[in-house]
Amino acid sequence: MDTILSIAASNLLSPLILFFVLGLAASLARSDLSVPEAVAKGMSLYLLFAIGFKGGVGVAENGASAALGMALIAGVVLSAALPLVAFVLLRGITGMGRTDAAAVAGHYGSISIVTFVAASAVLAERGIAHEGYMVAVAAAMEAPAILSALWLASRGGRDAATTAAEPGLWREIMLNGSIVLLLGSFLIGWVTGPDGMAEISGFIVDPFKGVLALFLLDMGLIAGRGLRESRGVLGPGALLFGVVMPPVGAAFGLAAGLLLGLSTGGLALLMVLSASASYIAVPAAMRVALPEANPSIYLTLSLGVTFPFNLTLGIPLYLAVASAATGG
Amino acid sequence: MDMHEAKRVEITIEAVMQKRLTDALKAAGVSGYTILPVRGGSGRSGEWSREGQVSRAGGMVQVVCIIRPDRLDPLLEAAFSVVERHIGVVCVTDCNVLRAERF
Repeated sequence: MDTILSIAASNLLSPLILFFVLGLAASLARSDLSVPEAVAKGMSLYLLFAIGFKGGVGVAENGASAALGMALIAGVVLSAALPLVAFVLLRGITGMGRTDAAAVAGHYGSISIVTFVAASAVLAERGIAHEGYMVAVAAAMEAPAILSALWLASRGGRDAATTAAEPGLWREIMLNGSIVLLLGSFLIGWVTGPDGMAEISGFIVDPFKGVLALFLLDMGLIAGRGLRESRGVLGPGALLFGVVMPPVGAAFGLAAGLLLGLSTGGLALLMVLSASASYIAVPAAMRVALPEANPSIYLTLSLGVTFPFNLTLGIPLYLAVASAATGG
Repeated sequence: MDMHEAKRVEITIEAVMQKRLTDALKAAGVSGYTILPVRGGSGRSGEWSREGQVSRAGGMVQVVCIIRPDRLDPLLEAAFSVVERHIGVVCVTDCNVLRAERF
């Protein structure tokens, strides 16, 4: 318990979290502070580029093994299975309609790459190593949840096969810019290894936390705006789901990580991935495939409730549990 | 100046549906259109702004086509096949153009 509290305290007082809180508070107070769209997009590209490249270099340094393949399979299974858990939980707690519940569930099987990046920064700060290939696991967990969400919606009468066969949908999901840049940087980092890192470390290592802090300021602004505009959309049950589902997902990640024999850092990251909810890839897919689902519900839950929870309390909790479970 | 009657069709639609719409328009023989970014607005779902949208899922665009009046029906059928289930507005107005052969 002391470990959880000490990690939580240092996490809450880190610049990353404080900038997020600043953005959230500014937005809730209706300040006109905003980060230009193009700057936010640029920072997002930078973070994906940096985290992907570092992951690839990590694999180059430590070597790839069968563990990489097993971790990818575990990621795909978790992503496909977690929406089923989320759906049952959501329907049980809130009685939400099938289509909305299926759409929300899809978000909770997929991942938030920013939460992953923030958790990686916390690990780096505490000197805890992790498997570089967790970046590839993150990419693998983006899409399977979408298929599960469509299947869940189909059980209410919608034809999942037709929806999933929507022209161009799978190409858009699999080749969305975030996945291409993350996996591309990972592969380039893997191929070029430590030599490649030495060439560009001045760009991707030192400025990383500063860029992440500014990006989190923007995320705070977005989360606050979402919360402000969606007042009345989420009932107490849905809010409860938004903070209960992350630890439940993390528990599944913990079980899978222990089976895989991941290190403390790798285990914490798999828990973070399982606990986080998408707000980029899945909402876009849901707008195309399940337009009847209310976007205010899934975006507010994912971005306004679960993301702040994971960033402030979730990451320290998962790290403490991972440390205890591995004796790290 | 010699003016010719034409129809101006404005389709405001979610950004994720943009390519599907323009593909459907091309398939219906409409090769000319202009895509404009939408900054914000208000509708049945409440107020909306482009600012702070974290993904394309929340964005809107407007596709504007100017066509000869006799080509309106195929265009509307193509547009409706895409817009039917989604948030969007389709609006047709009369206009005049200078060079009819371009439309």
